[in-house]
Amino acid sequence: MQDFSYIAAKTIQEATSLLAERGDKARPLAGGTDLLVQLRERLKWADLVVDIKAIPELNHLGPSGDGGLTIGAAVSCERIVAYPEVAQHFSAMHDAARIIGGWQIQTRASLGGNLCNSSPAADSTPALMVLDATLQIASPEGTQDVPVGKFCTGPGKNILRPGDLLVSLTLPAPPPKSGSAYQRFIPRNEMDIAVAGAASFVQLAEDGTVAACRIALGAVAPVPQMADDAASLLIGKRPTPESIEQSAKAVVAITSPIDDMRGTIEFRQNLAYVLTKRTLQTAVDRALAEP
Amino acid sequence: MPDKLLVTTTINNASVQFLCQPRHSLLEVLRDQLRLTGAKEGCNNGNCGACTVLLDDQPVNSCIVLAAEVEGRQVETIEAVATAGHLHPIQQCFLEGAALQCGICTPGFILAAKALLEEIPNPSEDQIRFKLAGNLCRCTGYDKIVRSVQAAAEVLATQREDSHNGQEGDR
Repeated sequence: MQDFSYIAAKTIQEATSLLAERGDKARPLAGGTDLLVQLRERLKWADLVVDIKAIPELNHLGPSGDGGLTIGAAVSCERIVAYPEVAQHFSAMHDAARIIGGWQIQTRASLGGNLCNSSPAADSTPALMVLDATLQIASPEGTQDVPVGKFCTGPGKNILRPGDLLVSLTLPAPPPKSGSAYQRFIPRNEMDIAVAGAASFVQLAEDGTVAACRIALGAVAPVPQMADDAASLLIGKRPTPESIEQSAKAVVAITSPIDDMRGTIEFRQNLAYVLTKRTLQTAVDRALAEP
Repeated sequence: MPDKLLVTTTINNASVQFLCQPRHSLLEVLRDQLRLTGAKEGCNNGNCGACTVLLDDQPVNSCIVLAAEVEGRQVETIEAVATAGHLHPIQQCFLEGAALQCGICTPGFILAAKALLEEIPNPSEDQIRFKLAGNLCRCTGYDKIVRSVQAAAEVLATQREDSHNGQEGDR
């Protein structure tokens, strides 16, 4: 393992100062399940590792104003999955958080870290996108809010500059009669990186037609993609197998997958369609189960 | 070279202090400094679970935990699972159920199974396989491991019942 210094920051200010001072030679450490592997394999370099797990705001998990949820950037997947409201009200995020790695990863890896690692195949990102998550990013200059859809800019790349620190993610309160879901395809049952992933959000109107719909796809483009045109096909319609099929088929237009060892372009495009179909149906079922 | 760190922690219920480089993993310190070689290096990147230890009762891959990160925490390794010469029921069931061949994955599996049965005393097969998905075995094909965890769950349930009944009888 390459040599680095280690500091456990106690406050956001301490962390952002250290990160700003050292620039890209300093790396923030949450669960370490991506960073430590990358440092060991020399995919990333660091003179200083800033452990952010002692910072209170990054460990906070609780209601935000108006029935939403705030998740500190260092909160582990296991804590998120166990939080009472998450399974029912933020189902897509629950689906995603519980399948990142195995149990040993779940106890350490954070959703914030998964987002900051910015893999095109990240499980968290599509789910956070359809749930309209906002990110709170601190720097020595202050804090800004960024919609999650604007965060990832390329494979392994995001908008964070030296000195920036993701502090928390905030999810708005789920509207009444809404549901969401995330599914991915992997070769084994657990542990793998998504070959393709889809997240769907559906809100139903009083008359049972679709009032709002959002679809996001992972692992089929350099960054996770919203499928807005496909989602809008469902608006105002009853969510039947036929109308869901129509939307699911339409997502392929926004995919630009690659051939690699996990799958071919053709396979990934088909998965995008199948996973969208399934997650739309599950989101609808969950919306119908809501009071 | 960075300054060495002095880490004070609790390992297997004993207070322990060690010096380490910031870059040292918990696995390296356990094996190389503390001579607790029960945790194994299988992949060194958090995929195989052979290095599993319990950190504040939760399974972690010690190869991707920095030794520095266990300051003030509680670590449990395989060396603490048997007590006073008695195997833990999970260990006994693994032996009787032939849930190991080369044994390199076994310490990791036993710790993960111990944590599992503490959290879910009567797990379904699906739950066992899901929770133990982070432990890989190249020898057994997993089936005997799963059966042994199920057997251990029954032994532990019987033990809890017996001790409950024993307490009532004492009144």
